[in-house]
Order: sequence, then C-alpha cells, then structure tokens
Amino acid sequence: MTAPLHFQSIAELSEHLAARRISSVELTQAVIARTKAVESRVHAFNSFDEPDALAQAAASDSRRAGGQSCGALDGIPIGLKDVIAVSGQPLTASSKMLANFVSPYNATVTESLQGAGAVLHGRLNCDEFAMGSSTENSAFGPAHNPWDLTRTPGGSSGGSAAALAAGAAIATLGSDTGGSIRQPAALCGLVGLKPTYGLISRFGLIAYASSLDQIGPFARTVEDAAIVLGAIAGHDPRDSTSFKTEIPDYRAELKRRRGPWKLGIPEEYFGAGLDPEVGAAVEKAIAFYKAQGCEIREVSLPHTHYCLDAYYVIATAEASSNLARYDGIRYGHRSREAKDVLDVYQKSRAEGFGDEVKRRIILGTYVLSSGYYDAYYLRAQKVRTLIRQDFLNAYREVDALITPTSPLPAFKLGEKSADPLAMYLCDIYTIGVNLAGLPALSLPCGFTAGGLPIGLQLIGQPFREADLLATAHAYEQAHDWHTKFASL
Amino acid sequence: MNYEAVIGLEVHVQIKTHSKVFTRVGAGYGHEPNTLTDPVVLALPGTLPVMNKAALDAIIKAGLLLGCEIAPVCKWDRKQYFYPDSPKNYQISQYDQPICIGGSVEIELPGAARNIMGEHKKIPLARIHLEEDVGKLNHHAADSLVDYNRAGTPLMEIVSDPAMHTAEEAYAYLTSIRHTMIYGGISDCDMEKGQLRCDANISIRPVGETKLGTKVELKNLNSISFVRDGIAHEIKRQLAVVAAGGKLIQETRDYDGQTGTSQSLRSKEMAHDYRYFPDPDLMPVQVDAAWKEKLRAECPELPFDKQRRFLRDYQVPYTITSVLIPERGLSDFFEASAQLAGPGRAQAVGNWIANDFLRELSAAKLPLGASKITPASLAELVGLVEAGTLLNTAAKEVFVAMFATGEAPAAVVARLGLAAVPSDAGELETWCRDSIAANPKALAEFKAGKDGAINAFKGPVMKAGKGKANPKLVDETLRRLLAGA
Amino acid sequence: MAAPSDLNIDRIAELSRLALTAEEKVRFSAQLGSVLGHIEQLSKVDVTGIEPTAHAFPLHNIWAADIARPGLAVADALRNAPAQRENMIVVPKVME
Ligand SMILES: [Mg+2]
Ligand SMILES: [Zn+2]
Repeated sequence: MTAPLHFQSIAELSEHLAARRISSVELTQAVIARTKAVESRVHAFNSFDEPDALAQAAASDSRRAGGQSCGALDGIPIGLKDVIAVSGQPLTASSKMLANFVSPYNATVTESLQGAGAVLHGRLNCDEFAMGSSTENSAFGPAHNPWDLTRTPGGSSGGSAAALAAGAAIATLGSDTGGSIRQPAALCGLVGLKPTYGLISRFGLIAYASSLDQIGPFARTVEDAAIVLGAIAGHDPRDSTSFKTEIPDYRAELKRRRGPWKLGIPEEYFGAGLDPEVGAAVEKAIAFYKAQGCEIREVSLPHTHYCLDAYYVIATAEASSNLARYDGIRYGHRSREAKDVLDVYQKSRAEGFGDEVKRRIILGTYVLSSGYYDAYYLRAQKVRTLIRQDFLNAYREVDALITPTSPLPAFKLGEKSADPLAMYLCDIYTIGVNLAGLPALSLPCGFTAGGLPIGLQLIGQPFREADLLATAHAYEQAHDWHTKFASL
Repeated sequence: MNYEAVIGLEVHVQIKTHSKVFTRVGAGYGHEPNTLTDPVVLALPGTLPVMNKAALDAIIKAGLLLGCEIAPVCKWDRKQYFYPDSPKNYQISQYDQPICIGGSVEIELPGAARNIMGEHKKIPLARIHLEEDVGKLNHHAADSLVDYNRAGTPLMEIVSDPAMHTAEEAYAYLTSIRHTMIYGGISDCDMEKGQLRCDANISIRPVGETKLGTKVELKNLNSISFVRDGIAHEIKRQLAVVAAGGKLIQETRDYDGQTGTSQSLRSKEMAHDYRYFPDPDLMPVQVDAAWKEKLRAECPELPFDKQRRFLRDYQVPYTITSVLIPERGLSDFFEASAQLAGPGRAQAVGNWIANDFLRELSAAKLPLGASKITPASLAELVGLVEAGTLLNTAAKEVFVAMFATGEAPAAVVARLGLAAVPSDAGELETWCRDSIAANPKALAEFKAGKDGAINAFKGPVMKAGKGKANPKLVDETLRRLLAGA
Repeated sequence: MAAPSDLNIDRIAELSRLALTAEEKVRFSAQLGSVLGHIEQLSKVDVTGIEPTAHAFPLHNIWAADIARPGLAVADALRNAPAQRENMIVVPKVME
C-alpha cells in the first residue's frame, strides 16, 4: 500500500510529477489540506499563504507543460523555518519583536529553492530567534510532536520537524546552531542534516550565532536530504563566510560511495545522562555497520566536556550583538510606552523579546563586557580550537563518527522549561559539531517502547557531505524506520 | 606657571567609492532621504556584510601616502552602542588590528609673511582604520527623523598622536590631510558635505610635564576654520579655568562656530562599554607585497614634495606654488605647460595660472577639467610674449579670448590684430629716429651721461605704434641709434 | 576567571537596553548564576599557546568589486517602519 501523497518522498513524488500522474497543484492542495487538518494540533506553522503556494504550484505545472521542468524539486512543497527570508512573506523568528515584519528581500536559499522550482509553503514555527531545544520559546506557542502531541518536537527548528512528520510538507529547511536541525529530526523520526559551516549561504537567515549557524534540510529519507542539499549548497558572494567548494551530485553519489567505512565511537558521547533506550538503539546501529564490514573504533574527543560551556559563551556573545538591531527604530515592535529614544530601546526590547532571548542577550553582553572578554569569549574561542582539534585528530583514524543525536527521546512539553541548564543539556551531543564546523546528520534508528522516534547522529568530515549521506543511506536502505508515519 | 596645550585629532574621511563599504548599494551625497539603502544598510534581519575592495585599496593608498606601516593582516570588529543613526547598533570598525599603523602628516605653519614659507614639521600618527559611516538625524521640534543614505559609507579614521600644541598646528594638520586625500583621489574632503570631519582631544599641562592633563573632547568642528577657532577657544577656556583655580573635568564639548562658544554635552547617554569583538560575519584582510606595490605605483607625489620640486626645478615663487599645490589638477596643468613652454618661462606660466586662469575659471564657474585652455595653448601664449610678438596688455586680451573660444593664441592674435608692431624693424627705426630728432634737449642730456633721459624718446615711439610697439625692442633700437648719434 | 556573583544585572540590562522588572532581575540572575557556574569550567582548560578559532574554516580577502547596484525602493525600505514622515524614520527627539 502506498502512502498518501503528503507522506511520500521527494524521490517518489518527483517521479509522479514527471510521469504526469499528479500535478504540482494537486500535490500542493493535498499538502495544504493535510496542513489544515493537523495544524491546530501540531502548531508547526507560524503562517502559510495558500494562494501564494498554489500560484507557485501552477507555475511549476505550466513549466512542466512547456517542457521546462527544473528537476527533482520542481513542484514539491517545501516549508521554511521562520528565520529564512522570503520576499513579500512574514519573517518573525517566532518573536513578538517581528510579529508584523514582512521581508522585502529573499534569502539566498530561498532563491535557490525557487530556482529549483520548489513550492515554498509556510513559515515554520521555531524557538524565538532559534534559541531553544523544544520550540516552547516561540512567542506564538509551542509546536507539538506528531508522534505524541503532549511532547516537544525538539528545537529550535521544531516546526520544521513537526510539519514534515505530520505530512504538512514534503521537506523543510531548518537552521542548526547547536543541534537545532538534528535534535528535532531525532525527536520526530526524520533525517536532518547540518551541513559543513560555509557550505550553505547564511544570507537571509536571521542570525543567532553567526560563527555557528548553518541552514540545512529535514527530509523523510537520506536521498531526499541529498536532493534538497544539492539545491541549496554552494558559494554565495553575499555571505563572506561562504566557502568555494565543488558541489557534487549528492543524490548520484549515494549509489557510488559505498563502504565499508571506518567508524569512530567517541566514548564521551555514551556516558551518564544517555537514555538507555536511546543508547541501545544506537548500539544496534553500530552493530549493523560492523556487520556490514565497517571497522568500528573507539575514539576520544577529550574536550567534549567543555563543548557546552564554550558554546554558551560564543553563541550568546554573538547573539547579544546580532540581536542589537531589534530596537524598535527601523522595523519591528516599538513600545507604545516609549517617551524618549532610550525608552524605545529598553521598553520595545523588553516587550518584544521572550525570556530565553533575554537570558542569552544578558549572558552574551556580560561575557563581552569590559574586563571579561579574555576570560570568557577569547578563552572559549581557544577551547573551540581544542574541540575542533579533537575531531580532526579522530578523522586521522576514522571516516565518520557515530553517536546518539539527543540524550533523550521527545520529552513532555513544559518538562524542562523552568530550568535553562537542563534544557541546554539536551544539546550535549550536537554542540561540538557546530563548534568544529563539521557536517552531521541525524537519521531514525528505532523507537522507544512508548513509540517515540530515536535518532542516530553521524558526524562527517568537512565538506564531505556526499560521504556522510552515503554512510547514512547504507543504514537506511537496510531499515524501514523511515516508512513509518505518525498517526494523527 | 606656564602651560602648554596638547592636541590630538581624530579625523574621519569619507572614502570616495561607487558603493558602500559592506554592501553594493550606491554611496553618495545629496540624494532624497532613504534612497541609498538596501537590506544590509538597514540591518534587516538576515543580512550580511561583504567588503568593498575599492575601500581597502583607498585606505592602503592613504596609509602609503602618509608613511604608515600596512599591517600584513587586519580584521573587523564590532563596536557596540545603541544610537538611532546606527542601523545594527554596532559599527563595523577595527579595534586592535587596524590596517595602517604609525606614519605621519607633514604640516606647514604660517610663515612670517604671506610670501615666506613657514616652518614644516611632521605630526606622528597612531593609526588609520576603516569603518562604516552612520546615518543622519534631522532634528525637529518634537522628534527626530532618520535618513540612512549615509549609513555604510566607507570611512577612514585617522588618529594622530597627541602631538600638536596650537590651533594653528591642528589647522595645518587638517589642511595637509585634506590636500593629501584629494591628491590620492581618496576623498573630495568637502567638509560641508561631511566628507571630512574632525574631533579634537585637548588638554593642557605645565610646560615640562610629560603626563597628559585632563582631556576634553571637542566635537562638531565641522569646517576647517572652526577647527582652528574651536581649538583656540578651548585652550583659552582651559587656561582660564586653571588660572581661576578651578579644576578641569573630562568631558565632551560641542563647539558652536557661529557664536564661537562651546558647551558641555551633558548627554544622558550611559557610560560606554563598546564590547568590541571580532565580527564573525567577515573574514580578515591579508595585504601582501604585490598588492601594496601595485597601490604604491598609483600613489601621487605628495603635495609638499611637489612644492619643493617646483621651487627647485621651476624656480617659481613660493606664493605661486601655494596657489598651485593644493589642487593636484592645477599643479599638473602648470607642470605640463611649463615643460612645453621651455626653460626660463615657468614663472610666467605660473603667473598666468595663478592670476588670469583662476580668475576666469571662477568667473565662469568652471572646473579646471572643463577649461578650453590647454597646457600647450598657455605655453604657446607665453612663448609669443617672451618672443616679443605679443605685449603683456594685448596678451591679457588674447588669454580671455582663448578661454572663451579655445582658439590657439596665434589665431586670436591674427584675428584681433594684436601682434606687436612693427613686424619689420625698419618702421620702428623710423619712429625712433623721428623721436630723437624731435627732442635735442633729451639727446644732450643722454649724451651727458643721464641714462634716464632715454625715456623721453619712448613716449612718441609708443604713440606712433598705437601702444603695440614692443617696449624692449624700442629700448634696444633707441640705444643702438643713440650710440651712433 | 570572574565569579558569577559579580554579574551586575543592572549594568548588563542597561548595556543591552532591556528594561527588566525587579522580578526578572532576580530570576535571571539566579538562572544565569547557575549557567555561569557551569561555564566556570572553561577556566580549567589549559589554553596556553592555543590560537582562538573565530571561523571554523578561515578564509581571507573575501570582497566584492566596487560596483553600485540598485537598492531598495523607499517604500520597501520603510515598509516595516513603526513611524515615518517625509520618507524618514521618526524617533522621539534625540538630544545631542
Ligand atoms: Mg574614535
Ligand atoms: Zn570612527
């Protein structure tokens, strides 16, 4: 029995489209219908623009009718995290600060997807300014995990994960600063890829922490992730941190690059705090690779213990500066109480930002303030060097690393929101990758007894996404986790 | 007790580029409000900066002109403070690794008289760094309006050592920077357009003391003469405070050039903590020898070096050089023309430029580049005068016609019949003979050794020649005839 | 390294232009105190001779040629402005 349209993969749907078995308008209507059916329960969207999506779909169909189809993504509905600019559409970062902001310009990834013919569908919910691990920090209310609506889909790209897991999009984009793609992918049973820093343009991505942020895809399969990555990867002259590197045909490489690989198991990622069911599922995945002839080696990333600390210093410092522009002057929320310019700043920001954003701005301002720079920011950057070095040392021995993505499966909404530190600990397996700038992906590797998805993290070498995807693909081909869908 | 003032200047120079320093929307002055913005200028969510290569070229060139060391590596830092003219609420600037380090600005102090060159000295620089300009606030009765056209314009900050001691030095320093930047094509340095802006740090201390006194920052010195007046005023104010037994406080004062007064800026602004940190959105700049040498080759001769060369090689008077030098185009025009005119004629070329040419240009409100007079046509004119073919008074008329029509001088002379007469010596000799014959009294005096008596013969000759007789030729001819008489 | 106890919440709120309530000041101070307590660990790492990492993949001389391109139309530039007049952004009177 084939899955309904809204649960099919890009690979499948693009064949249907090519064979004219369906039109993009039909597909988009199906996805919008599904969106309307589930959105009140999942709250994955901040907004969606049905006429706009259908107009894009109609344009795709007429391209196809004229023999001008752009490829696998043409006509496929793709949702964007609400931190990625689409001209003429709202861009809120799930913040009251930008509740009424409409972007007058496109992000580079937006243009790339448009160029590939994708139907951009919806502005996806997330933690405010991408700060959080549960999407509970959204000013517009949390997203819910389609596998268990009382639980979080993870964060910060929780809406991107929830929408896809609920069938309200065929693929989505998120952004990952400390795990914000991989952790929600794990919690929602999806493939989520955080590319190498510099592979995807950040132009048009609302900055949280500039030196760590990276856009990446959520997809139902590794192949779909490869397709979307191929459309958005590549050098962008508008982003000075964008890297010039050859972009392979990731999809084609999936079949070309075969193991066996040498895989490293970093001991630091399997310690206290790891949920036993998660640990067991990851061990089984490791056993699978071993059975496939891969060499499995224990490796050590000795500075893992400091990742969280270095991350919270660097990320909050950069955030405190990046978020200074939200001041109620040129755009965004301006307090009605403001009598003078200082009021405009202080009251607009107090009213416009939620607690987690305020906490991170305060922490970031503190670590950069006079007398503390060396002790915090500079020191964290040096520790970052050591963390990066750990990974590069490991890659002298192995091709990729295997770890759990999240120490826990999806937790209950509200469970951790009172304790920031407990929430920060959700990211311990994902943060190091951002500090080192590496590519990593999460893919489904099982379910808990309670039916919650479990994610496996594969960490690759810089700019070698093709190998990383191929490694994941090998696992996925032998398992059927990706064929299971949340029922709601 | 004797006090001396210590002055350091922070000079901001807008770099002349087509686009802004971290985005490619156009840069310019005098446009309708908010027509020179883009998402980056307005700091819209998601925007990122990209360096402008031309702004880097310009600042490196400025550094080379001022003898700075060009840092092999420099980076970008965020200087964080909230202000409505600053779209990101941080300014991209350079904190601990500026692109230009050290260097100096040669200045000339006023001479004893207008025609005497004053003392030259070198004011050492601390650094020059590149940053972005902010927008402009327009203050109204009840509110302020913000225009971001200027935001993101490339801005060089030239920081001197606290090494000046008088308002005159500061004035000379700013003047020298201005000329140098204009020479280098780096900026037009029009203070009225805000292309050159100056803040002064001023303190006084007992002579002999090496520690700096309490520093006052003087802001809004927005014309070159306000810089001189404002600093002089501030030094006087500080001396008066100390003389009255008062204590100076560290403060920022605003100078009002119209009233010649200053007042403390008691801004409610909280104490600054700029929280500088390296901008993660930008990559560092590495300047290698090849890049530096390419720019060095494009560097013009410095104004003062050119002046020294003109004085030495062309023997033009100091007063003429001080007219020619400030404008690179004018001095180049002079040099081209002087070379075409040939040896011994440079002074005449200089005089024409300094007097007639500038007068005509300003009357016609024309820039030098639009002039129909060329170095070659001016050289030709000088040649005609030197050869005696054209008299000075007639030459002035020729010049005006050349300026208006662009004709060659010879053509004007022919058209207007302004050639010195006679064209053959025979006619002149006849007039001279007639004049000598008509004045036996003067002839006797001359023969008796009174040389001045020769002048009595000249009037009738000039009259006969209707003013176009060449006085030099007349003198020569008379002497030849008188010697034989 | 500084102890978390010297987090001057008033000063930091001032610098970051956040009007915090008394309750928020107490709550954030406590929460950030525990985060800073964790971050204190960084002081245990020996970073002697270690260069800081500003960019995971450092590049240099990333620039564009000085070619001016059209920007935003004024209407688009001011589209999200909370207050505007005469094509400019209105702010309460700024005292200079
Ligand atoms: Mg300064
Ligand atoms: Zn400056």
